[in-house]
Amino acid sequence: MSEKRKESGLGKDLVGLENVSGETIQAILDTAEPFKEISERAIKKVPVLRGKTIVNLFFEPSTRTRISFEFAEKRLGADTVNVAASGSSVVKGETLVDTARNLEAMRIDMVVIRHGSSGAAQFLADRIPSNVINGGDGQHEHPTQALLDMLTLRDSFGRIEGLKVCIVGDIVHSRVARSNIYGLQKSGAEVAVCGPRSLIPTRIEEMGVQVFTHIEDAIQWADSLNVLRLQLERMNAGFIPSLREYNRVYGVTQERLDKAPREIVVLHPGPMNRGVEIDSTVADGPQSVILSQVTNGVAVRMAVLYLLAGGAPERAEEAKKGEE
Amino acid sequence: MSRPLYIEGGRVVDPSQDIDDLAAVLVVDGRIEAVGADISKPDDAETLDATGLTISPGLIDVHVHLREPGGEHKEDIATGSKAAIAGGFTTIWAMPNTDPPIDDPAAVGYVRAAGRAVRASRVMPIGAASIGQQGEKMTEIGELVHAGAVAVSDDGHPVRNSGLMRRLLEYTQTFDIPVLQHAEDPGLTHGGVMNEGRVATELGLRGIPNAAEAAMVARDVLLSELTGGHLHVCHVSARQSVDHLRWAKDRGLAVTSEVTPHHLILTEELVRGYNTQAKVNPPLRLEEDVVAVREALVEGVIDVIATDHAPHHYDEKEREFDDAPFGINGLETAFGLCMQALVDPGYMTLSGLIDRMSCGPARIMGLPTGSLRRGAPADIVLYAPEEKWIVDPARFHSRSRNTPLAGRELTGRIQTTIVGGEIRFVAEGDA
Ligand SMILES: [Zn+2]
Repeated sequence: MSEKRKESGLGKDLVGLENVSGETIQAILDTAEPFKEISERAIKKVPVLRGKTIVNLFFEPSTRTRISFEFAEKRLGADTVNVAASGSSVVKGETLVDTARNLEAMRIDMVVIRHGSSGAAQFLADRIPSNVINGGDGQHEHPTQALLDMLTLRDSFGRIEGLKVCIVGDIVHSRVARSNIYGLQKSGAEVAVCGPRSLIPTRIEEMGVQVFTHIEDAIQWADSLNVLRLQLERMNAGFIPSLREYNRVYGVTQERLDKAPREIVVLHPGPMNRGVEIDSTVADGPQSVILSQVTNGVAVRMAVLYLLAGGAPERAEEAKKGEE
Repeated sequence: MSRPLYIEGGRVVDPSQDIDDLAAVLVVDGRIEAVGADISKPDDAETLDATGLTISPGLIDVHVHLREPGGEHKEDIATGSKAAIAGGFTTIWAMPNTDPPIDDPAAVGYVRAAGRAVRASRVMPIGAASIGQQGEKMTEIGELVHAGAVAVSDDGHPVRNSGLMRRLLEYTQTFDIPVLQHAEDPGLTHGGVMNEGRVATELGLRGIPNAAEAAMVARDVLLSELTGGHLHVCHVSARQSVDHLRWAKDRGLAVTSEVTPHHLILTEELVRGYNTQAKVNPPLRLEEDVVAVREALVEGVIDVIATDHAPHHYDEKEREFDDAPFGINGLETAFGLCMQALVDPGYMTLSGLIDRMSCGPARIMGLPTGSLRRGAPADIVLYAPEEKWIVDPARFHSRSRNTPLAGRELTGRIQTTIVGGEIRFVAEGDA
């Protein structure tokens, strides 16, 4: 879509970070800063999206992402509707193109879509005039998750540029990994992935990513680990023999972290499988910033909604005060 | 008896007789009577002016999906056969993966009769290799052949079971027909929807590795060696498959193969943006694969071009990439795309291309057509090899419009298609 770019550098939609520039990412993170503070207030609302209608269209269950978006939307004063649609299968339910037409007919301002098929967010964005925000499409992208991860890294290190970030686990099936790779690289970080080859996508090295098959090597290299959830289905589908063995070979344990040459910051997009990809001592320990990620998630989503609605990055501070 | 047909003023390109010259063609009683610069026109003959056009034996496509019965919203025998003559094809072989599959003699007879009734391209039925195309029990191949089947195949799916494939390659020798194999190891495809590689990794789509095809080709050429049966490998896409085919050719095995027009020029890059029109199985691969299959075709390691014409309804392609069906509508763009892929850049002569699209298929499958020699059935195509045209799917004769080539300029336009001496297609709006 040849859409006029907003001041923030965003177009009509946020489908992924692949086509978003480093400056725009910076602008989103900067805009998120003042919004962080709103969540600390007694009255957690600013009316910058008053009168706007937003549909949270979830074809896959995701309590965490949906709630985070919903808080962000409500704190900006928008009217929101949650639609939990059944799976994307060919047999059941209406097609995505019909869903898109219905949304268009209802004159919705914004749609947050979560869908099990890669490309579904782009599909919708190409077909409706509303702003579309990708809340995770298949194994493709989950841009707001990567943005909140980056905001959390920036909080911890004071910068993103020059950081070495290793994404650990099921990279093949991870939309979080792809968005993080794009976002971090555009922001000047080095990115690696770590996991068994059966969970690493073919030719990922061509994306400028280093590959570790040993977690110990990743820990020697990294400033931060972003530990992905390992789905039980991967074991059943034969990608790995068992969760127990996965924990033994790839689990992020305090013992392993203690061998690092520097204090590693640990992220996890949740929900966690304690004792599988991450041990509780790490998840609840001082190197974990997992709860900050949750808080930052709302702020980043507020920033994205605000910017897509046409807000200017430098006016976010004023908007926060509720005086548009 | 119809009047003789005298085609004059054109350039005849017939690689089966090594002809590339200005010449006239005389057709009598549906057969080629004479080809030459100085043959005379009988008084009662109808004249067809081919000035500025090239005249060749009609194109032959040994791999099309006509969707009837069961998928008539995509295509049927009539629309598919009309699409074929519009694309210059005078013979098409219809794959049996319909609903229900063409696995009994009555169904074979139906396809053959329905094809004849249309009076467009010749439609030759391919019978299912296994009952219900389930890959378990061999069909009554003798009965299928008796009813008109020209080959057997489980295309749409591979014959996965090695034991069954061996028996097929043995048993079909009684009837002197090939086994057409969709070479794919399902365990390696594993739900893949495009080529496994960088683009799939970036798009988060499941990939189909080259090895899924090449492993099956390797197995099957060994089974052809073991049995002596005629193996024909469908739609070769992977460079590693070419190595196995070359191995088979070097040993003189009864192995032939085909490549589609799209695999000769398009790559996985076309899938970017989740373009379901470029979703096809086997998938569009890398430039190095394109180069390998093209060189193999030029060399003769791959014998022929076949479209794998796979029509799908608009609604079926207008959806999430994972859920869209595989397939490209190929009959009406095949010649133009092959001219662009092979002849324009100089990889092949026009005569070489006609061999791969007409004489070659006739030769490997033992058909009497694919030649303008005296006595051959008068299946002829007239075309303007250098004319450029823009693909407009709305003008397809096929019932479906699924092509990644919409808006693309191609080279070489079909003007007139003649089947058995009868003019069955003339391009409209033509001077
Ligand atoms: Zn096939």
